[in-house]
This record gives sequence, C-alpha cells and structure tokens, in this order.
Amino acid sequence: MRERIMMRGSVALAEGALMAGCHYYFGYPITPQNDIPEYFSQRLPQQGGIFIQAESEVASINMLLGAAAAGARAMSSSSGPGISLMQEGLSYMAGSELPGLVVNITRIGPGLGGIAPSQGDYWQATRGGGHGDYRLIVLAPNSVQEMYDLTIKAFELSDKYRNPAMILGDAILGQMKEPVRLSDPKIQHLDKPWALRGARGRGPQLIKSLYLKDGEMEKHNWHLQEKYRKLQDADTLVEAELEDAMDILVVSFGSCSRIVQSAVRLARGKGIRVGMIRPISLFPFPGKTIYEATQTVKKVLTVEMNTGQMWDDVRLSLSPGCQARLMARPGGGIPSPLEILEEIENFVKAGDHVAKSVC
Amino acid sequence: MQKVFAKPEALIDTTFHFCPGCHHGTVHRLICEAIDHYQVREKTIGIPGVGCGVFLYDYIHIDVCEAPHGRAPAVATGFKRVLPQNVIFTYQGDGDLGAIGMSEVVHTANRGENITVIFVNNNVYGMTGGQMAPTTLLGQQTTTSPYGRDFQTDGYPIRMAEMLATLEGVAFACRVSLHTAAHVKKARKAVFKAFDMQLKNMGFSFVEFLSACPTNWGMNPQQSVERMEEEMMPYYPLGTFKERTAPDYL
Ligand SMILES: Cc1ncc(C[n+]2csc(CCOP(=O)(O)OP(=O)(O)O)c2C)c(N)n1
Repeated sequence: MRERIMMRGSVALAEGALMAGCHYYFGYPITPQNDIPEYFSQRLPQQGGIFIQAESEVASINMLLGAAAAGARAMSSSSGPGISLMQEGLSYMAGSELPGLVVNITRIGPGLGGIAPSQGDYWQATRGGGHGDYRLIVLAPNSVQEMYDLTIKAFELSDKYRNPAMILGDAILGQMKEPVRLSDPKIQHLDKPWALRGARGRGPQLIKSLYLKDGEMEKHNWHLQEKYRKLQDADTLVEAELEDAMDILVVSFGSCSRIVQSAVRLARGKGIRVGMIRPISLFPFPGKTIYEATQTVKKVLTVEMNTGQMWDDVRLSLSPGCQARLMARPGGGIPSPLEILEEIENFVKAGDHVAKSVC
Repeated sequence: MQKVFAKPEALIDTTFHFCPGCHHGTVHRLICEAIDHYQVREKTIGIPGVGCGVFLYDYIHIDVCEAPHGRAPAVATGFKRVLPQNVIFTYQGDGDLGAIGMSEVVHTANRGENITVIFVNNNVYGMTGGQMAPTTLLGQQTTTSPYGRDFQTDGYPIRMAEMLATLEGVAFACRVSLHTAAHVKKARKAVFKAFDMQLKNMGFSFVEFLSACPTNWGMNPQQSVERMEEEMMPYYPLGTFKERTAPDYL
C-alpha cells in the first residue's frame, strides 16, 4: 500500500485523470475550478499530453467530442455557466455514443450567481442537461480520496457504456486538503473498434447522431434507454450506513454529506437511531437502496445545498407510507452539523401526521 | 482511347441527393480528387458541419464524424491533436461557419491547427430553406430578408477568406468559384494546395467556394451561374489571400 499524501481535491482529481490514461484536456477558465486547468497546463506537457485553453466552453466540449471520437481518453472541466454552454455538445456526445469526462465544480446559480459551493446543478447533471432523452453518468465525490478514485471510475464507466460522464463537485471538494492514497489500481482499458482513425484495413466508419429514416430515432432512443438500464443494474454506487429499527434515515450527497455525517454522529451520541444513505452515483440513482431501507424506516430527511433537487429522486424511491422532509440550503448557504442535528431531532419527535413536506 | 475524366476512387458510386445546379456535389468530387491524388483515403477523417453537406459519409469513402452546427473546427481540433498523422478536414456552409461557428473557425485558424477547412459559400442557409446567411448579398431577397438584405438592419456580407488571411496561424486562404469548367479546374488546384499544406504541416488551410443554391435563389441552374459571375464575384473577389511558403515554426 502506498503512503498517504496531503493533496487538494482538484489536484487529486487531475492525478486521477492522468492515472486513468487521460492525456487530453480542453477547458476555459472559470472560478472556482481554475486550479484544474492550471494544474493540467503544467502536468500534461510533461507527460506528452495535450492541454488546450479553448476559446469557450462550447469549443472545449467539441474538442472533447473530437478527441473522444478519435479513441482517446479526454476531459474538460468547468463550472455552472460553462457547463450550461456545454449542453449541446454533451447531447451530441450522448447521441453519438461517445465517452468523455466533464467535471463540474459547481457554483451558485442562476445566472452569474456566485462562486460559493452549491449543489444547484443536480437537476442539470442528472436529467441529461441538454436536449433529448439521454443521461450522463454522474458521480459525486465527498472526499479528496474520492476526487481521485471516482475520476478513474468515471473514465472506466464512460468507456464501458460509451456515454459521457460527469464528476459533480463543488468548491469545497476542489479546495479542501486531505490525505490521499494515490493507489495504482488496475485501470480498465477497453478496445474502441468504433473509434475513427482512418479507414485503413477496414471499411469507412461513421460517428453520428442524426437519424432521419422512419423509426430509426425511436430505435436509437430505446437502445440508449437499454444502456441506462444496464448501467443502473450493474454500476450504481452508494454508501449506506443502516441499522436495525432506525428512527430516521438521512439522505445526502457530495460535500454536504460530510456535514451530515457529523450530524449523524452527534444524533447517535444522543441515542437516536439514524441511518444514512449517500448516493455516490447520482445517475444511476440508488433508488433501490432507498426503497429497501424505507420498508422499515418511515422518516426520511434529505439534506442538500439547493432548493430540493435530489429530493425529487428520493421521493420517487420511497416505500409506501413514508414521511419525507427536506432541509434545503440554496444560494451558498452551508448547513452546520448542529442545525442538521436539530432538524433530525425535530423530525424524530414529530407526530406521524406532519403536514409540512410530507409526500 | 485516352481516358480524360473518371470518377475519383474515394467518391462512392451513387446519386447525390443535392438539388439540380447545386455545387455541393462538385465540391465533394474535388475533395475526392485530392484524397486520391495524395493517396490519403485511409487516413482522412471528414467532419461535416450541419447543413446540406452533412451527408458527406454517403458520398465519400472515408471515416466521418458529425459535429454540432458550427463546431466542426473544434471537433477537428480534438481529432488532429490525437491523430497528428491523419488528414482532417471540415466541410461547412456559410451559416455553419460564418454565423454560429464564427468563433470556432477564427480560433482554430488562429491556433494554426493543421487542418483543412472547406467552406461552401452559397449566400443562403440551404438546408433550412433559404434564410439569410452572413454572406447574403446586399439587396438579396431570402425567406428572412423578404425586402432584400439591408445593411442598416442586417449588416454587411462577410468575406471569410480575407478575414481569416489576416490571422498569423493561417497557412493558406483562398476563394475560388465553381460557375464554369475553367473555374472548377482552378478550384481543384486550390483543394490540392490545401491538402498539400496540411500534409507538409504548414498550418491551417482554408478554401472558400462560391457556389450556387438554385432552389433557394429561386433560379434555374443557368441563371444561377450567371448570378455567380455578375453578382457574387464582384463582391467576393477570387484569389489567394495568404500562402505560406514555410511553416512558421521553422
Ligand atoms: C444549434 C443549431 N441551430 C440551428 C440549427 C438549424 N440549422 C441546420 S442547418 C442550418 C444552416 C445551414 O446553412 P449553411 O451552413 O449555409 O449550409 P447549406 O445548407 O447552405 O449548405 C441551420 C440554421 C441547428 N441544426 N443547430
């Protein structure tokens, strides 16, 4: 086992990408993720890789599309407004079944918003984000170690399903320093016979998303859905800390889940039986884990740094007869462990007929 | 008997879907002649923009990757950086390149990406039904300039080849026309030159073709070529605006 070294989240992410064999980075500056392109601009040339500071995020995502179509592992990173500009390209990549990684170090929206941490891009990330019936593979780290590990995982899943992947982080995860083990896992590299490298020794190949013939596009859409179903079955990632006879279940993801973990410890110290589920893959969403857990626990608190976006997915996953509450902090507000503890205590004490936020 | 004209090998033996008198087919053939001449079919990747040229893969026997509208130069950049030994070209209309994709083509040219851009200037948006393009001539009626293009509201037609020629990263920028057989011959030379530039790693090469869109101009093919000579050429002069003789890193 390698020793652990102190590292910033954004650097761990970049090192994870390099470990995964990603030698192409295309990006455009935006706070709070600038340390990622800055790091790559220094590291990639040393590795014989390519760093391009593109003229816009529109260009970045299309450079990524081209590099992916040529068979390379490639990535881009950005934040809110830049990720919005990439949506057309991401839709084309999903439609053309191209892998590739986009990192969203989320900032507050809407608009130019602010640069403090936020989880307000959950819907955009998990619903596809651009036009058409498609999804991204979305992984949400909650530690510097996971910034490294999940970046590698994202490349592997992206290649496996030939679908773009996204790491959904925020400024907390990008900036915080924690000890990391830069493990040297056996990285999965699949052959890419579909990649375009010139029609040598084979017939010409085509990468496209345009299907005009009658019924073709419907067939293509069902094919994509079938892939997402397989992804759901085989590669849903979740951390579940459940116990018998729980009073309450708390669901949270990303940086916010770290604060929730502290609150859960405090609550347990007070004798409350708290379970916790942390979706690691936001798409595919671990709805099955939530469904099974809520066969016994009937109070479910979702804590997130937005107005209740993951809450939609949580409520869709509940067993019948549950009460679901939301603790929401949009716009850069970060809940404290004590505030969350208070919410947990109030919810546990509340009667079964609480009207507020019940579904 | 000596054979003086044959279908290029890279051209798929099929019927073009283009309208009568449209020049897209001619441009396709010229690209194929260059591919044959330099024997690069097996390492060429074509990237059509969105427009009437999007079906490139139905006609040219090479690997093809679609790009979003206007983004072909950025997609080509991704390809070329991964596959520097391959021949990469984009194929774009004037809406694709001169309007929505202006930023991508300018910056790709400015970076001196070693790719070739084929630009079909037919003065209109062909595929979407003849709307005004950035290249539409003053006074020209289109479905979105029914009173004729007026510089006071619509600005002026853009001369792309001249504009790109000002950028240091550009190795070759020219404008040719396709309205007579003699001009097609010259256009062929220009495409060869552009491919040659790329093969010699000289940087960004750009060929603009004045082309006809009889359907959306509301003309027959004969009237269309006359219009090209009488109306397009005075505003869009033919010629080579930049030709590098050595790569700039030498
Ligand atoms: C983002 C986006 N906006 C608009 C369109 C619709 N659209 C398709 S082709 C086209 C213009 C085509 O004109 P041009 O580039 O001049 O090529 P031509 O068809 O004339 O060869 C437009 C506007 C699109 N596909 N994507």
